Amino acid sequence: MNTKELIIEKVKEKFGESIEEISDFRDDLCFTIKRDQIVTFGKFLKEDPDLQFIMCKDVTAIDWATRKNRFTTVYHIYSFKLNYTLRLKSNIDDDPPTIESVSPVWPSANWYERETWDMYGIKFINHPDLRRMYMPEGFEHHPLRKDFPVLGIPGSLPLPRKAD
Amino acid sequence: MDRISQIYNDEKLLKKLHDDRDITIEDVLENEMVINMGPQHPATHGVLRLVLRLDGETVTGIVPELGYLHRGYEKMAENMSYIEFIPHTDRLDYTGTMCNNVGYVLAVEKLAGIEAPKRAQYIRMIVSELSRIAAHMVAIGTYAMDVGAVTMVMWTFREREKINSIFDRIAGARFTTSYTRIGGVASDIDDQSISEIAKFLSELEPALVEMDKLLLSNRIFIDRLEGIGILPKEDAIALGVTGPNLRASGVEYDVRRAKPYLFYNEIDFKIPTFTQGDCLARYFQRGDEVRESIKILRQCLDKIPNGEVIANSPKKVLPHKTEIYSKMEELIHDFMIINFGINPPVGDTFFSVENPKGELGFYIVSNGSGQPWKLKIHSPSFCNLQALSQLCKGAMVSDVIAIIGSLDPVMGEADK
Amino acid sequence: MGLEAVLQKDGFFTTTIDAIVAWSRRSSVWPMPMGISCCAIEMIAAADPKYDIARFGSEVMRFSPRQSDLMIVAGTVTYKMAQVVRRIYDQMPEPKWVIAMGACTSSGGMYRSYSVVQGIDQFLPVDVYTAGCPPRPENLLNALMTIQEKIGKTKARDFQNRSLAELEHSQN
Repeated sequence: MNTKELIIEKVKEKFGESIEEISDFRDDLCFTIKRDQIVTFGKFLKEDPDLQFIMCKDVTAIDWATRKNRFTTVYHIYSFKLNYTLRLKSNIDDDPPTIESVSPVWPSANWYERETWDMYGIKFINHPDLRRMYMPEGFEHHPLRKDFPVLGIPGSLPLPRKAD
Repeated sequence: MDRISQIYNDEKLLKKLHDDRDITIEDVLENEMVINMGPQHPATHGVLRLVLRLDGETVTGIVPELGYLHRGYEKMAENMSYIEFIPHTDRLDYTGTMCNNVGYVLAVEKLAGIEAPKRAQYIRMIVSELSRIAAHMVAIGTYAMDVGAVTMVMWTFREREKINSIFDRIAGARFTTSYTRIGGVASDIDDQSISEIAKFLSELEPALVEMDKLLLSNRIFIDRLEGIGILPKEDAIALGVTGPNLRASGVEYDVRRAKPYLFYNEIDFKIPTFTQGDCLARYFQRGDEVRESIKILRQCLDKIPNGEVIANSPKKVLPHKTEIYSKMEELIHDFMIINFGINPPVGDTFFSVENPKGELGFYIVSNGSGQPWKLKIHSPSFCNLQALSQLCKGAMVSDVIAIIGSLDPVMGEADK
Repeated sequence: MGLEAVLQKDGFFTTTIDAIVAWSRRSSVWPMPMGISCCAIEMIAAADPKYDIARFGSEVMRFSPRQSDLMIVAGTVTYKMAQVVRRIYDQMPEPKWVIAMGACTSSGGMYRSYSVVQGIDQFLPVDVYTAGCPPRPENLLNALMTIQEKIGKTKARDFQNRSLAELEHSQN
């Protein structure tokens, strides 16, 4: 059987009820999981001897501005054994948004989750070092949310005075 | 001037400055120093700020701080159409610029379901490999300059100037070209460009031999690089390092072989790998990749087919300029595509290509309109910099420079 | 070749001190490259063997502000970086000039976003603006020649009695 069917079968036999949706658009397999199961799911995918998804490529989030679950976190993980990139999604519906951090499972998710905190304001529980990544420390807004204007809010970032 | 007067008027700080007059030798021997290697530094390859905690001259901890070049790419991408974003992708990895264009356009083509013709794919491969050589020339040259051999930067930039004049002839600009379009490339290349590329390749090989003779028998260079900044294989995978750094640590992963795009499955090339994982291995890795690129380019120049360079899909690909000015259908399509954008189906895709610095990936979420709902750039320099704090523990201050140079970060990409 | 070729007799010539001082200042402008992003690569290309900037007198690209007279700001300046650029400009001793290289420093360039300063003249006095994204090295050399002409018109007494910004407070 091919890779996608192998993954779907292994995942369904262990986590059948936590999976909300499986999609396959343009040949990319994607699982949507309940948000409290994300760390156990990630651990299973990493440690299973047939799957071995040992590298986390990316962690990001999507802001659906008007839906009830406003944010969705997206994880891209890669397995050298199967040579396959898998996508995991998880919907967040509380306000302020929080989710558990996967950096105990994949250490490379450390900086990606910091960037997602900086840009979207999603707090990651159990993250070793949750600080802002790009914007200066005193900045109060989260730029990639849909209610932040692209030109910025005047006065939110200080500029040195032109002394002449 | 405001800040200076603030410092002299601050009571707490003045008191500290006055009271701290008795510095003894025990202060230095018992306490650790915290130093700032600021954003403006000749050897940090861009605006990267490092805060080092030193015990004498040995580094016990290092914290990188990014964000000094954060230009807001992802936010701007949500407000402009897919075609308008192509010049912005040029400025991501600004040392090898054509590869970024190719990566973005391939991701959009995957989402929209367009296929570019074969000649366009070969042209994209040729310019990608030329950019790879250019980027590695900058990396090798500035790395040698950081470590002390200043002549190398002049020699490698001399080779890079030849590549820039080839790009000038093909695309019209020296290095930020925005040459690819959705559905193909902007214009065709002529026979003189092909002969210029062949001439450049024949001049590059003896130049590489000369550069090797200069550096590799130099005792100082080898001592400064060997055994420094060793990255073992499991740590490299766990920290998410990509590109030549991953291959120099023993993992044979190259996107051109794992998930072939363009026509790399028709070209015969090796993937160089080293197992030591230290700075010298990363330096050799880049030199070997330039030699492999020369092989790939020679095969591409032989195999390039004739044909057109832009796909024939009227609703999604811009028509040719001469037709817009003379025919009605093309005028309407041009108007609709420029103003309302190509409308790919609702969904999301992830596509990655092999950049000279690592694996550049684009994650695009589309809601059916002409502008993306979300665009995430997975940049290799960001992933490589994550390994810095582990690599520098226990090294000397001057080794920090050598390690940063060997990881080769480009801040335009790491900060997005 | 220079002065020796036009001398007919023993070498005396009369001139003003201003002319000598201006000539020496403009023939050896040492730049401080503030290379931030893509324009920095073109600035290094202006120093490479094809577009040699050393023949204009800018032999040494000093990365230390205390030893330079010209600051070439090359690359997009964000709000976070603006504090750093201003601090380095304050550390340069008088006389000093600034070239704004490229579109990003002149006016924000193609980045109309929340974190990019729309032109460095919002916090620095700029002498020459350069257009291009990135400007060709010949364009940078043209900007350098314009600065040299500008220096050629200054007088030696223009820069007297102007102390360094930081010293002002400690001398009071």
